[in-house]
Amino acid sequence: MLPKLFFGYYAVVIIVLSLLVVTRKNPVHSVMWMLLLFFHIAGLYLFLNAEFIAAIQIIVYAGAILVLFLFVVLLLNLREELLIERFIGTWPTALVISVSLLILVIRAIQDMALAPPGNHSVDAIQAETHTVALGKILYTDYLFPFEIASVVLLIAIIGALVLAKRKMRSPQ
Amino acid sequence: MIATAFALGALVVGSIFRLKRPYAEKLMPYESGNPPVGEPRQRFSVKFYIIAMLFVVFDVEAVFLYPWAIVFDKIGLYAFIEMVIFIVILFVGYIYAWKKEAFVWD
Amino acid sequence: MPEFVMPDLAPVMPEIVMTILALVTLIADIIFKRKETLAILSIASVVLVFFVLFGTPFKTTFNGMFIADGYSLFFKLIFLLNVVLTVLISMRYLVIERVNFGEYYSLILFATLGMMLMASAGDLIVLYLGLELMALSTYILAGFITYDMKSNEAAMKYFLLGAFASAFLLYGISMIYGLTGTTDLNAISEYIILNGLTANPVVMLSMILFAVAFSFKIAAVPFHMWAPDAYEGAPTSVTAFMSVGPKAAGFAVLGRVFLIAFGSVRMDWSAVLIPIAILTMGVGNIVALSQTNIKRMLAYSSIAHAGYALLGIIAGTGEGLASVMNYLLIYAFMNIGAFAVIIMLRTEGFKGDTITDYEGLAKSHPLAAALMLVFMFSLTGIPPTAGFMGKLYIFMSAVYAGYTWLVVVAVIFSAISAYFYLRIVMYMYMREPKESVSLAATPALGIALAITAAAVIIIGVLPSAVVSFARAAVAGF
Repeated sequence: MLPKLFFGYYAVVIIVLSLLVVTRKNPVHSVMWMLLLFFHIAGLYLFLNAEFIAAIQIIVYAGAILVLFLFVVLLLNLREELLIERFIGTWPTALVISVSLLILVIRAIQDMALAPPGNHSVDAIQAETHTVALGKILYTDYLFPFEIASVVLLIAIIGALVLAKRKMRSPQ
Repeated sequence: MIATAFALGALVVGSIFRLKRPYAEKLMPYESGNPPVGEPRQRFSVKFYIIAMLFVVFDVEAVFLYPWAIVFDKIGLYAFIEMVIFIVILFVGYIYAWKKEAFVWD
Repeated sequence: MPEFVMPDLAPVMPEIVMTILALVTLIADIIFKRKETLAILSIASVVLVFFVLFGTPFKTTFNGMFIADGYSLFFKLIFLLNVVLTVLISMRYLVIERVNFGEYYSLILFATLGMMLMASAGDLIVLYLGLELMALSTYILAGFITYDMKSNEAAMKYFLLGAFASAFLLYGISMIYGLTGTTDLNAISEYIILNGLTANPVVMLSMILFAVAFSFKIAAVPFHMWAPDAYEGAPTSVTAFMSVGPKAAGFAVLGRVFLIAFGSVRMDWSAVLIPIAILTMGVGNIVALSQTNIKRMLAYSSIAHAGYALLGIIAGTGEGLASVMNYLLIYAFMNIGAFAVIIMLRTEGFKGDTITDYEGLAKSHPLAAALMLVFMFSLTGIPPTAGFMGKLYIFMSAVYAGYTWLVVVAVIFSAISAYFYLRIVMYMYMREPKESVSLAATPALGIALAITAAAVIIIGVLPSAVVSFARAAVAGF
């Protein structure tokens, strides 16, 4: 009962917060709701015994990425931004599409038969702690994606500098 | 517990029952009695964005180091080589950013 | 815990070499002041990777995450060719647009690395990372002219809709992972068959989400909205690059995921893909009729070509897949060739990207007009050009698979497309030049045009070599 209540709380709050994020007129308010949203998602990870991911959620998302969001929001001209209509004209279409997608997902989920747990069942992870289990699998079986991730991060550095560094951009 | 409830309760009750009569002068930010000039928020320089972006990238790199350090003794030499490759790739990005004067403020 | 075993690195060698050379190019940007050095360096890198590629054994490594086979080899050849041709047409163009920066070349190499990973992905995680690597690099390239609002708009739209597609892809991956407990393509297929899940709605939903995500990447209707703006606003050389590479990579993963992981539900996904293919051919060809900007027209043309290529996937046979690969290779030649002519018209102070700029080109520059004529004929699919052969093989494979009515639809739309391609030809040959157009011809551009035009004609006359190569590539699939 208690776990269900716990999960229900997080699920409902996450949905409400997501709606608040996308409907606020002031982008700074959106970002602030998003901060709360990230904390609740971290709570959900904790609830799933994934304490390392929960910590990362707080450090990377709530810490670093949210600051990035704020900087971008502060690059906007907020005085004009607040006068702009909150939704563009096509929002009824978007609503219809999202609701039909939701119905489709709910319909499909009812037939979800979870695959049997592999080597990493909840008990196995609890026995050796989540971080160790993650580390073992990330640096052996998932070595290849791990190395690709470094190249993706490198692209982020190049992209930030190419697109935002004005000095390099002046016509020669 | 009771003390917390009492403190919060007082705030909540107060916010419900207190008189609210906002008018233009009252909502104005207080700047030593003068009418406020300009926006409270200034437009930020794009330089902040670059710094934040670089921070995110190296933050994620550090995140990968954490589970690596924990399981390092279990995997051994290969784990070391893996991480060296990972860091070298990002180090190239670091040199690039350095030479493109990403860390110079002006 | 099982002991860590050193994975076999031989099959991944082309990717490793590509990564190292892309990093070298990035560092070389700091060292060399003349950016033409980087262009030569990147072509040399690609040639080196080309030779490594042919020495690579056909094997699976990293627990099935990476597959080196004939299929991936063929796609990687398209990607490498794409780099060589793009770099050749970029060198002078970047100077004219005043964005001659070294990052351009390393970003092209990194995007190509992402495509190579996609073509070889045997696991959904590698597929996703490869796709993001390709997409992120291409977004930056699309916004490379940072002082130009249109280029910014292109990057913005491409990025937003690309991120949207990634979300769909991840949602599809999470669904199928929840159901089967694996992200390995072969294991997913086995699990679905062993547990009799072929009619399970979760499999259907996941398959639809994958179809949506890949449709974004190949710019299929109704997920094509980003393409016209992104193609028009992006630097022309980047438009050429992203109309060939990411599209081919999208087809590579589409083929592998749908024919392997979802192989057991083929009837269901062909029911999803058939309307997409018809819409894609229809909207692409009909909207292209009213375009006045040639880059925008070629964007719609590129949408339409994705529709033709989808027919080969819908056929679902090895022959169909081979004809798609053959078509994508031919498309690389004819499309980059057409963009090379467009780039040649771009000079200081003259954009040269509206269709009326081509009026009377045959009088002022007969060779350029003749080359454009070859590429337009090929894009229409008029024999004896390669475009005709490409379409012929695709249509034949679809007919053999029993989709004759679909081929009839495709042929009708193909006939409509003749109107807007041949309008360019008509403008070039039947009209008088309004103003004198000068060309920004360089040796590099000349080489690119020579390669593409020769390939379009040679493959058109002697298609058997390429086709049998594509068939052999699919044999080990």
